[in-house]
Amino acid sequence: MPELSYREAVRDALSRAMRDDDDVFIMGEDIAEMGGSMGVTQGMVDEFGPERVRNTPISEMALAGAAIGAAMQGMRPVAEIMYEDFLTLATEQIVNQAAKHRYMSGGQLSVPVTFRTQGGAGWSPGAQHAQQLEAWFVHIPGLKVVFASTPSDVRGLLWSAIYDDNPVVFFEHRTLYGLKEEVPDELEPIPLGQARVHREGEDVTVIATGRLVHEALSAAQEAESDGVSVEVVDPRTLQPLDEEALINSVKKTNRCVVAHEAVTRMGFGAEVASVIQYGAFDWLDAPIERVGAKFAPLPFAPVMEEFVVPHANDVLDAIRRTVGRNGN
Amino acid sequence: MAKVEQKGTLSKSDLRDFFREMLLIRRFEEKVEERFRAGELPGFLHVAIGQEAVAVGVCRALEEGDIIASTHRAHGHTLAKGTTPNELMAELYGKLEGCSHGYGGSMHLYDVDRGNMGANAVVGGGLPAITGAALAFKFRGEPRVAVAFFGDGATNIGTFHESLNLAQLWQVPAVFVCENNHWAESTPGWQHMPIEDISQRAVAYGMKAVKVDGQDVEAVHKATRKALEHARSGKGPVFMAVETFRLVGHYIGDPQVYRSKEELEEAREKHDPLDQLRARLELSDDEVEEIDREVQEVVDASVEFAKSGTDPKPEDALKNIYA
Repeated sequence: MPELSYREAVRDALSRAMRDDDDVFIMGEDIAEMGGSMGVTQGMVDEFGPERVRNTPISEMALAGAAIGAAMQGMRPVAEIMYEDFLTLATEQIVNQAAKHRYMSGGQLSVPVTFRTQGGAGWSPGAQHAQQLEAWFVHIPGLKVVFASTPSDVRGLLWSAIYDDNPVVFFEHRTLYGLKEEVPDELEPIPLGQARVHREGEDVTVIATGRLVHEALSAAQEAESDGVSVEVVDPRTLQPLDEEALINSVKKTNRCVVAHEAVTRMGFGAEVASVIQYGAFDWLDAPIERVGAKFAPLPFAPVMEEFVVPHANDVLDAIRRTVGRNGN
Repeated sequence: MAKVEQKGTLSKSDLRDFFREMLLIRRFEEKVEERFRAGELPGFLHVAIGQEAVAVGVCRALEEGDIIASTHRAHGHTLAKGTTPNELMAELYGKLEGCSHGYGGSMHLYDVDRGNMGANAVVGGGLPAITGAALAFKFRGEPRVAVAFFGDGATNIGTFHESLNLAQLWQVPAVFVCENNHWAESTPGWQHMPIEDISQRAVAYGMKAVKVDGQDVEAVHKATRKALEHARSGKGPVFMAVETFRLVGHYIGDPQVYRSKEELEEAREKHDPLDQLRARLELSDDEVEEIDREVQEVVDASVEFAKSGTDPKPEDALKNIYA
């Protein structure tokens, strides 16, 4: 089995779809010769040419909207928004247009567009280049939202996003691009709306997304040495959400920690906590613990950034807190 | 709607047909206003009385397969693009038989099979998708053109500038029809735009721009045919600066406190596109009355059709969210 980095896995899904299907093309800022600000689309212009690997001006509204317009004519564009922070500039088009054309037309239209974007702290870019804004888009009926945490997941999920007939906002995490994993030769599409259990456990379920999946796995290992068995579940798709898988896991472990890099307040974890308390109320032995960024914009100085965003030790503390309640 | 057979030149019978359609739009919108004031129509309604020649002149120049995106002032564009008065009125009454099946309303009129990709209630919101649709036509080598309607108010918003820049950069087959009625809701042109000549905005992007008298349906039709030919032949997009007049308020019920009665009266007297076309065709009072009776019947029938339409079930609200 070949080993692919998360970055290569994204490229592999895009390239395979473009080889198979003339309706798929990619567009975005600096994606052609430069290969994208994260190097994801490196070399693709050589294989597919500048029409289908289409550099755009720094013009998020128009590039998002043009992708929507092409999608409504039956193409399957993948628009890259260089940083999640710049989704703010494209939000009118994503929220008012992409999400609503099907509905407002009474089902006459579909908008099979994918918006790929990335973010994440850990490299001191400051407040405008590393936010985690996935929760905003989960709040919009009509959009699907994906947040992939491993190379195999990002490849299989991106394929499904491209071939989904709905607009999908597809989140990648910057610090995961170098992460490597063996993947099968054949690309296996992963259905949207299916969670993944990364590690089975008996005492606590950690529901984590993005980088925090890996932080949770480290925390789980640490907890193991204290004799606490931790299950780690990644929903992978935030909308639609695999509620059943999350609830079933908590019914087994009776304790739950929800973890993401985004700010805790109104974060995706709030929704997950609600789903769990409603679906597994009688099984819970302790309040649901939440892990997320402190309520601050991302600071520049590394010591402050480190302080604001959550790490494995924050997940471990949350695991210990919930186990410490001991059902009383 | 029947297409104009002889390209480029309009016969008297074509123009008579245009007159009938413009009058149909006028009477339709007057009826909409009447039914809204009677409390029968929900929502927020904007009529385009005074701008009928733009809708008809542009849409009658389109070929099979060409598409449009419209604005919050969409009834005229929608009818001219071929949606029947029955389907349009049913939509305004929120019925399943409506052109958006009750999910859209006046500001979100769609008729995808007839090439209407939707009216947009966000000013300038539909322009990027028209650029993208035109890109799709170019990708596939289809001889189709994507046409965006928007007002002068929209030329101040980012989507307008970004879309024109992209369309010209990529040389896509799009036509941008700016209906310059000199009002952005209640704000006059001189308060929202520091330039007189709106076509300069397209020229700034290197785009071909033409100026058109929007009250003269023949002129609009001719300019549109040329613009479409330019776009369709791969020469790039065209911007049409269409001078027109909004002979009513921004929305139905707008007291227009911001507009002088004299100016409005003068506009109604001198710039009604129906009066102009009637004079050109030298129609007698009897002839006009006959056409009027005909279109009134169509409009009245559309109200009956709409009222006897099917109400959606409340839970239908949960359909059509995802494909």
